Amino acid sequence: MKFVTCPSLGRRALSEFTYGGRLEKEPDQESVSEKAWTDYVFYRNGAPQTLKEWWYHRPTGIWFLFERNTLTDRITRVEFANRGIENEA
Amino acid sequence: MPLRLLKYAWKKSEDEPRFFPDEKPLKKAYDVVIIGGGGHGMACAYYLAKEHGITNVAVLEQGYIGGGNTGRNTTIVRSNYLTSEGVKFYDESLKLFEDLSDDFDLNIFYSTRGHFTLAHTDSAMRTMRWRAEVNKHHGIDSEVVDVETIQKEVPYMDMSCNGQHPVMGALYHAPGSVARHDAVAWGYARGAQQRGVEIHQKTRVTDIKTKGGKVVGVETDRGFVEAKKVISMVAGSTPRITEMLEIETPIEIFPLQACVTEPVKPFMDTIVVSGSLHVYVSQSSRGELVMGASVDPAELHSTRSTLDFVEGLTDQMMDLFPFTSRLKIMRQWAGMSDITPDFAPIMGKTDVEGFYLDAGWGTWGFKATPISGKTMAYTVANDTPHELIKPFSLSRYTDFKLVGEKGAASVGH
Ligand SMILES: Cc1cc2nc3c(=O)[nH]c(=O)nc-3n(C[C@H](O)[C@H](O)[C@H](O)COP(=O)(O)OP(=O)(O)OC[C@H]3O[C@@H](n4cnc5c(N)ncnc54)[C@H](O)[C@@H]3O)c2cc1C
Repeated sequence: MKFVTCPSLGRRALSEFTYGGRLEKEPDQESVSEKAWTDYVFYRNGAPQTLKEWWYHRPTGIWFLFERNTLTDRITRVEFANRGIENEA
Repeated sequence: MPLRLLKYAWKKSEDEPRFFPDEKPLKKAYDVVIIGGGGHGMACAYYLAKEHGITNVAVLEQGYIGGGNTGRNTTIVRSNYLTSEGVKFYDESLKLFEDLSDDFDLNIFYSTRGHFTLAHTDSAMRTMRWRAEVNKHHGIDSEVVDVETIQKEVPYMDMSCNGQHPVMGALYHAPGSVARHDAVAWGYARGAQQRGVEIHQKTRVTDIKTKGGKVVGVETDRGFVEAKKVISMVAGSTPRITEMLEIETPIEIFPLQACVTEPVKPFMDTIVVSGSLHVYVSQSSRGELVMGASVDPAELHSTRSTLDFVEGLTDQMMDLFPFTSRLKIMRQWAGMSDITPDFAPIMGKTDVEGFYLDAGWGTWGFKATPISGKTMAYTVANDTPHELIKPFSLSRYTDFKLVGEKGAASVGH
């Protein structure tokens, strides 16, 4: 069983969380080009790297942002989504 | 072949030629370099040599032949897909599979079993009908069957699923089969080698070099190798290769796990899949239940196994086959699946001249091994995409021409 330490909730089993995909900055709807939109919707670098990701904690209904390495599976940062690292993406 | 067996008994082991001859030294230059010695790489090499007379070919494999997903899959072969593009493509593959043992003079243990995809909900029933209609339109043996028919074929299955999610019907695909995965890779590899292709194991491609937008060769951990054309056939390692050329794809890597039970006496001849319960199972000729489920929940480049997977899978298995609660799991393993958003592969040319891509095989690429090798060999030899793979080009995402195959994925994702 894998565990993750969350702010205020403490140590929790990862199985309590649902993966919500990568954190990606949505292009501005008004000015976006078709190419930029397809890039946002489909294309991405799938090679091993450290990603910022959405994770949903089912028991509390809280969204978190994890910083996780997709090669080692190590989670290096956990923050509440609403005041977290989202703005940096 | 009892006579041949007798002959073997009198021979010394050194009299028998090795299945694979000793590897030759790595040359400085080849016409074609194939990255990845899985089933697809070997099949492509085989058809390049056999059908196009291109034999100055090297297959470079970082590990050993078939050591990737080819040797890790649950060996299911079928063509009851959902889109016309998919159905046509996989059906050609199935036809090639049927003749492979003869082609190779090697038993690939191709065994036609019949394939049930169970439906437990109204919406699943609707998808089954949809698939059956598309399949029939293309002359593929595929029909929706009722609960009684399933029960007769699979007598040990609890059709009420422990009262949780009763089976309502199934899509039945008579040609659904299993084949020995290693033998498929070995047969293609030997056939390619006999025609002059070189296979270099323990040779890892670390970079791809271009000049003026054109491929000139690959950097390996054994030095630089010149190549006029380079084909990437590395399944779960695709993003690491495309990154070398800064080619963006929609591929994300998710681990896919499988496991087998201890052997039990033969009781189930068919392949049973439940899209809603995320399980699939067949019984091997040794009597083991070979089982799999959906991909792991998050992106990960790893072949580690988890307890979560076995817990989740066995939970569903016990609803379907209650007696399995007494069985032991013998082995568990994982492979890396290269998943695309529309659950169809990415095949053909790229924007880099001389670089070809065969990827996005996710959880479904073993069954495509022969046709993928054949159509990629054609594409590379003629520098034009083969008719069957035109819909699978990388540019389909930019053009919003997706091949929506998700409804035909054998397990839900
Ligand atoms: C558990 C599991 C169950 C599955 N079940 C089924 C099934 O029932 N039916 C089905 O149709 N499909 C199934 N699949 C999918 C199927 O196994 C794959 O899609 C298919 O085997 C891909 O074949 P391949 O030859 O492209 O890749 P692989 O067999 O993975 O070969 C790629 C090779 O490339 C090598 N490589 C990678 N990077 C480099 C490099 N830089 N340099 C040199 N070599 C490199 C790897 O070592 C590997 O040997 C399953 C997959 C898994 C993991």
